[in-house]
Amino acid sequence: MTAAALDRAPSIGRAFTAQLQRDLTIAFRSRSELINPLMFYVMGISMFPLGVGPGAERLSEIAPGVLWVLALLSTLLSLDALFRRDFDDGTLEQLVLNVDPLFVGVLAKVLAHWLVIGLPLTLLSPLAALMLFLPGAAVPTLVLTLLLGTPILSLLGAVGAALTVGLKRGGLLLTLIILPLYVPVLILGAGAVTAVIDGVDPSAQLAWLAVILALMLTLTPFAAALALRVGLE
Amino acid sequence: MLFKDLDLEIRPGDLIELTGPNGSGKTTLLRCLAGLTGDFDGEVRRGGRFSYVGHRGGLNLQLTPLQNLRWSAAIEGSDASDGSLSSLLEKVGLAGYELTPCQQLSAGQQRRAALARLCFGNAPLWLLDEPLTALDDAGCGLVRELLERHRAAGGAALCATHQPLGLERTMQHALGRAA
Repeated sequence: MTAAALDRAPSIGRAFTAQLQRDLTIAFRSRSELINPLMFYVMGISMFPLGVGPGAERLSEIAPGVLWVLALLSTLLSLDALFRRDFDDGTLEQLVLNVDPLFVGVLAKVLAHWLVIGLPLTLLSPLAALMLFLPGAAVPTLVLTLLLGTPILSLLGAVGAALTVGLKRGGLLLTLIILPLYVPVLILGAGAVTAVIDGVDPSAQLAWLAVILALMLTLTPFAAALALRVGLE
Repeated sequence: MLFKDLDLEIRPGDLIELTGPNGSGKTTLLRCLAGLTGDFDGEVRRGGRFSYVGHRGGLNLQLTPLQNLRWSAAIEGSDASDGSLSSLLEKVGLAGYELTPCQQLSAGQQRRAALARLCFGNAPLWLLDEPLTALDDAGCGLVRELLERHRAAGGAALCATHQPLGLERTMQHALGRAA
């Protein structure tokens, strides 16, 4: 870090905290946006016993995949609003113009998004697992994979949301861009939970999830910041 | 192409009215100067910090003016206290509205809340896009007063505007076919 950057460190920290605080305040002001993805998660999962049949054996077999796919879709549902509202009201311009380096602001927004969507999904997952007869022994692993995986979903999603921010109806395009990128996370997350059910050690999948999280944490804020600058033009 | 052979220098104390018909590129020029768009040939040299108030005011409507201002202060690197932010809001005529969500304010009041951002006072250059939009007479007077004070303090401003600002010693820069 250069001397100039060190001088600015307190103000960078203040910008991060202010952005986080602001986004959380807004999220709690618009509670429907907060609750809708969670409702979608629970309702989506409750469709499976109705559609597949209430047999415990069949449901517990598909449970890891279903729980993960729904977590992924619920996150996707909430991503479009990540930058769009700020784009519409002009606060995104202010963020881009004033926060230097911009990735700090992006990171604060992503953290707020995870706290509002990913974390509640993770905490809700044991309840959802109950609906699908996931064996009790696999529940801690499910929670752990979601704890590692949902931040990845938010971080990767931020890049897609930033790329599509200038488009009027970017929602579907965002889904098409992001969904393929979610595949490795889905495979590892659901795979770890299945491994526990099969009596296999899931630490390899968990370690890979942690690696991806570390990579995404260091790479995507820069990519999203760059995409935002392009998206604003 | 919107404009070519454009050469503009803004010095301390300058107050420039950017005029021109709709679509002549006033907003685009401001965005180029602010660095919000790089889609032009040429060079922009900036001497220091600047404040930009676009036609989208940069206010979250679910937050109160005070919360919006607190956020703006923090990202602009100012450590203004809540007390001084409240007095800024009082200065722009929003006393008593500090805790009302912006969506319950009128368009003019929202504009005032957006303009309050200019008063942190650490940006020597103001780039304003239609600062008088939606403002009543008193609001326009307020903008003039802010600009006058900014100029007296050695600041400069570039305002894209349709209504004449009605200030003395301003420079005009016309864009588009009217030029």
